[in-house]
Amino acid sequence: MQLFNEEELKKVEEIKSHYPSPQAALLPMLWMVQEKEGWISPDSMKYAGELLNVPYEHVLGVVTFYTMFNKQPRGKYHLQICTNVSCMLRGGYELYNYVSEKLGIKNNETTADGMFTIEEVECLGSCATAPMMQVNNKEYYENLDTSKVGKLLEEFRNHVK
Amino acid sequence: MNIILKDIKDFHRIDVYESNGGYSAFKKALKEMSPEDVTNEVKNSNLRGRGGACFPTGLKWTFMPKTGDKPKYLCCNGDESEPGSFKDREIFERNPHQFIEGTLLACYAMGIKAAYVYIRGEYYKWINLLQAAIDDAYKKGYIGKNILGTGFSTDIYIHRGAGAYICGEESALMNSVEGKRGYPRVKPPFPAAFGLWGCPTTINNIETLANVPEIIRNGAEWFSKIGAPKHPGTLLFGVSGHVNKPGVYELPTGTPLMSIINDTCGGMLDGKDIKMVIPGGSSMPPLTKEECLKANMDNESLKEFGSSIGTAGVMVMNEDTDILKVLIRISKFYYHESCGQCTPCREGTGWLLRVLKRIDSGQGRISDLDLLTSVAQNIEGNTICALGDAAAWPVKWTVKKFRQEFEKRIPKEDVEVPVRNKVHSLR
Ligand SMILES: Cc1cc2nc3c(=O)[nH]c(=O)nc-3n(C[C@H](O)[C@H](O)[C@H](O)COP(=O)(O)O)c2cc1C
Ligand code: SF4
Ligand code: FES
Repeated sequence: MQLFNEEELKKVEEIKSHYPSPQAALLPMLWMVQEKEGWISPDSMKYAGELLNVPYEHVLGVVTFYTMFNKQPRGKYHLQICTNVSCMLRGGYELYNYVSEKLGIKNNETTADGMFTIEEVECLGSCATAPMMQVNNKEYYENLDTSKVGKLLEEFRNHVK
Repeated sequence: MNIILKDIKDFHRIDVYESNGGYSAFKKALKEMSPEDVTNEVKNSNLRGRGGACFPTGLKWTFMPKTGDKPKYLCCNGDESEPGSFKDREIFERNPHQFIEGTLLACYAMGIKAAYVYIRGEYYKWINLLQAAIDDAYKKGYIGKNILGTGFSTDIYIHRGAGAYICGEESALMNSVEGKRGYPRVKPPFPAAFGLWGCPTTINNIETLANVPEIIRNGAEWFSKIGAPKHPGTLLFGVSGHVNKPGVYELPTGTPLMSIINDTCGGMLDGKDIKMVIPGGSSMPPLTKEECLKANMDNESLKEFGSSIGTAGVMVMNEDTDILKVLIRISKFYYHESCGQCTPCREGTGWLLRVLKRIDSGQGRISDLDLLTSVAQNIEGNTICALGDAAAWPVKWTVKKFRQEFEKRIPKEDVEVPVRNKVHSLR
């Protein structure tokens, strides 16, 4: 398996130069894998381990420890809705339940068309603009309510077309 | 009084920061001060860590060995995952260069060759903002080899987390930087002796470091006179929950809590009454309404109520709040985030959650309240890291201070059963 192209391999070398031991480049490299593939497959874990000279078992241990690393493919839009206390006080559960019912999926499930995955997540450091959700580990959508999130879901759907 | 969040347009830009005195403290230190001078200034300022434990920053820096040939490291803690905390993010966005300058001063003071800024993986946007600022500082020659021709060299790298609250704990953070699972380490040895890759290491919070340039610019005495004498300076209060204007506000330590709620945050949402306030992130013991009226927001004052300033994440809850539901949500968090290394934490957090849920389901017994306290006390102080305490404190203190909220949820025809039977009924 040759997952990374030349440019990406250069990037790996650059990252390795930040640390005195190649193993330390594992998390940044796993992020690169996930950016590229959307998740981290056993084959990618083997590849990452070989590149950094770290045993596969260690890589597996790391991938399974951190919740943001996807152990299986996710929907095109991975909706991460916070239900921790500050969000809960301002309607986090209402938001989560609305999206869950509207899409007909439960926590960590993906819609049949592969469009959406929903996940209940812990505090995302956005408590003053609650309730909120993050999409695909990137964009924050803050100060939400059910009507705003309904519109967002429509937008996501349409962009894909 | 703003030391960090200044009201200057485009302050996040390096040119704007420089034209307002930015990087002058670092230049001054390089030219006129010895590394010990910098540490002493920080020590005399009485700056205390903003990551939750309030440890005196200057004192921590003196723990680093001055001799020896091992490289030394700094970890800047931007994991910011304690529920109710969202202040470091504001620094990355609004004043990244002051944090970078503080990091450089810390590196100079302790002779550090590389600093790793650990930022939670979810802060993708803020990681990019900080990286852009770091790149600009490299271009201007503030970071890198032979800085400003002085012969001093240091590097700053961002290390992105991947979703694990425990990686905010300093020794778990170091394991995570090393490319391992984020398991806390048994202490001693302490990081200053055996840290990253076994080398001397200091860990400081982002806000702590962002204070340092202003201390060097204006002097220790100036800083030590701001706010509460034993815990001086300002804090970035992150206020959330049932107030009209939630947000991050920089105020002197010791500001009365009610002034933050009423004056700064525009009062309670819909004019409701306060029921409970958590003053410093979800692991801190809560305050009752009566306590809120008396509380000043610094560590010494909050001790009076059995609480602490923590991360200064203030979570405000009104009279309609279901305290049991809040405590269940808090306990669920710590149960989920326990790394599982120590039995009291791994098992105890599950017990707390299940007993609380049992009360919520209407099957609680009055003895469950003592059971909760006893489980919490058996976790506290018996674990490798303070996550165990963080899980125990809110339960112990909420049950103590809001006992009637729990009692009213327990059926009257309560029958006492021996504890041993309860163990089984929890499953
Ligand atoms: C479970 C746990 C989580 C923590 N999370 C953070 C965090 O997200 N950010 C932080 O600065 N400190 C956190 N801390 C505290 C750190 O271990 C450490 O004390 C702090 O970063 C030191 O910086 P300071 O002295 O500047 O406050 C956490 C501690 C524990 C036990
Ligand atoms: S106290 Fe909890 S989180 Fe900390 S090391 Fe022990 S099991 Fe892990
Ligand atoms: S509680 Fe939801 S972002 Fe903090």
